[in-house]
Order: sequence, then structure tokens, then C-alpha cells
Amino acid sequence: MSELISIFLSVAVINNLIISKFLGLCPFFGVSKKIGNALSMGIAVTLVMLVASIATWFINNLILIPFEIEYMNIIMYILVIAALVQIIELFIKRTNLSLYNALGIYLPLITTNCAVLGITLINAQESYGLLESIVSSLGGGVGFLLVLVIMSGIREKLEIADAPSSMRGLPVAMLVGAMLGLTFFGFGGMI
Amino acid sequence: MSGFRKEFIKGIIISNPLFVLALGFCPALAVSTSVDNAIGMSVGVAFVLLGSNIIVSAIRKSVPNIVRIPVFIVIIATFVTVVNLIFHAFVPALYESLGIYLPLIVVNCIILGRAEAFASKNPITSSIADALGVSIGFFLALLIISLIREMLGTGSLSLFGYNLLTLPVLGDNPMILFILPPGAFLVMGLLLALFRRMGVMKGE
Repeated sequence: MSELISIFLSVAVINNLIISKFLGLCPFFGVSKKIGNALSMGIAVTLVMLVASIATWFINNLILIPFEIEYMNIIMYILVIAALVQIIELFIKRTNLSLYNALGIYLPLITTNCAVLGITLINAQESYGLLESIVSSLGGGVGFLLVLVIMSGIREKLEIADAPSSMRGLPVAMLVGAMLGLTFFGFGGMI
Repeated sequence: MSGFRKEFIKGIIISNPLFVLALGFCPALAVSTSVDNAIGMSVGVAFVLLGSNIIVSAIRKSVPNIVRIPVFIVIIATFVTVVNLIFHAFVPALYESLGIYLPLIVVNCIILGRAEAFASKNPITSSIADALGVSIGFFLALLIISLIREMLGTGSLSLFGYNLLTLPVLGDNPMILFILPPGAFLVMGLLLALFRRMGVMKGE
């Protein structure tokens, strides 16, 4: 149990996907201008990560490893993630239309989000079991959500701040990212 | 031939993938801790970009419009697998230090972006020029970031094991922050502001 907690904390805050592994920077800088959008995007990413890591675990252990074709993992994973995103999109559209309208435009973007492919590759690299993969992808999703929401709160304030003209927009967001990274070092002693 | 040169030059400065188009930040920030990694990553990206641009441009007339994105992704993933196997076999140390960022070239927006925006609409020769130009632009941007980060963060500069120079004061007391993740954001943000100030990068 304590091992699972340490995996969760490690992926969620200590080795946060965005802040310390630089995965999923496009939504971090692109989407995160409103807290509501950031929340929807974070939930959608967490959902896809969870389903994708379960699916890729089965593919890895039932197909790739028995047939000794692990080198095919990149092609397999990216196709599985793309297909899953489509299926999840159809499923949400059929079952919950208001959720679909809220997540709508973010779901297709997730296919090319490096955080999702990244977490499945990390799970395969660390050779996590099924339960560990689920916990690690949940941690990754929660960490992603957390940083995205924090960043969007800061960006809302930055929009009205009087920054020098050459710093406005992306450069100042990068500097905020650096500050955020420094504060996240504080979690380093937790485990 | 002037068309070839135009496409080639374009990717280096006017539409530099990192500093102007702001694409492909994930690998650029993650592997720019040392010049070695930056060179390795650029070689990988250049190989995948060249390969995928040639194939996508060659089959552009026979791929139905509706399935083009999955087809492009499979082509890119194939080249990324090739790069992975080559790096694993010939430069294992570099393969280890690039880690998961080498397979993650597959979701690098620069490559899918060039396939979709350029190679799927243009003949093979200009697609090759475009791939070469964008790769060199990516390499130069990565080189600038990694030079700054390595020199400030370790106080010295080394290239594949050879120590090129050691800075006087920083050599003893390096600013470790710069090779840690926040340093990447800091350097990138300041460089973006600098290039925008110089007028290279357009405002948003």
C-alpha cells in the first residue's frame, strides 16, 4: 500500500509531468487561460490517461512481450490512444451530452498530447503491474490537473498585469512556469 | 532551384519552429540540459522529419483526405521506431540520457505539423528542403538553449566527453538551477522575450 502511495505522490507532485518532465506543455500554455477550461481539459486528460494505461498494459503483457515485439510499442501505443480517444468521445456524446459539450474540443487534442503517451511509456519502462499502472496514471492525471488549474489562475491575473511589451504572453508564462517549478521542489522531501 | 533555397531558408529564421512558431516545446525543454543531448535530439528529429516529409509527399495524391492524419501518424511512428533502434544500437549512452523523449518524437507537433501543412500539399523536392530547413532551425534553437543551460548549470562545456572549456568562477560554483527543470523555463522565457524584442518573433 505504501508503495502505491509513494508512486502516486511521486508522479503527481514530485516528478510532475508538466513541471519537471515537460510533458503536455501545449495545453499548459494554450488552454490555461481560464480556470473552467483548465478544469475540463485536466479531467479529460486524466480520463484518457487512465483508460490508455490500462489498455496499453494489457497490450504490452498479452501481445508485445509474449511475441517478443516490444520494439513495436511506439506504433501500437499511439494507435491505441488515438482509437481510445475516438471511442471515449463517442461514448460521452451518447451518454452525457452536457459533459460532451464541456469537454468537446479538448478530447481530439489529447491524441497528440505527449503526457498521455509519456505516462504509458513510463509505465512500460518501470515495468509496473496493472494496479501500479493505474495508480501512476491517476497520479499523472491529478498532477496535470493541479498544475493546469494553478497556472490558469495565475494567467487570469497576468492578462491584466502591466508587463513589458516584449514579455507579454508566452515569455512571461514561461517565467511563471519557472517559479512554479521552484515551488514544486518543496515536495521533493516528501518521500 | 530558387524555390528549394527559399523553402530551406524559411525554416531556419522566419518560421523557426521553436522561437517563432512556438511548436515542440516538450522535447526542446527536456533535453536541453547538455549540448550532447541537444545534438542527439536534433539528429533524431531531423531523420524523422526528413523521412516522413518524403513519404507523405510521395503518397499525397493516393491518400484519401479523411484518413490522412492516422496515415501520417503511422508513418511518423515507423520512422521514430527506426531512430530508436539505431540509437539503441550505436549510441547507447545517448539513448539512455534521452530516455522517453526519443520515443516521444512521435507526438512532436513540429513533425505532424510539417506533414499536414507542407508535405501533404507540395512535391518531394520542396518537402525535402522544408524538412532540412526546419530541422536546422530546430537544431540552432536547441543549441542556443543548451549552450546557456550547460555553461551556467555546470560551469563548463563538454562535447561527447571532451572538456572544451571551464568558466573561471562558475566552474567551482555552478548555478545548478539551470540544469534543473525550472532553469529550462527561465532560459526559454528570457530567450523568447529577447527574440521578440529584436523583432524576430512576432507578437501574439
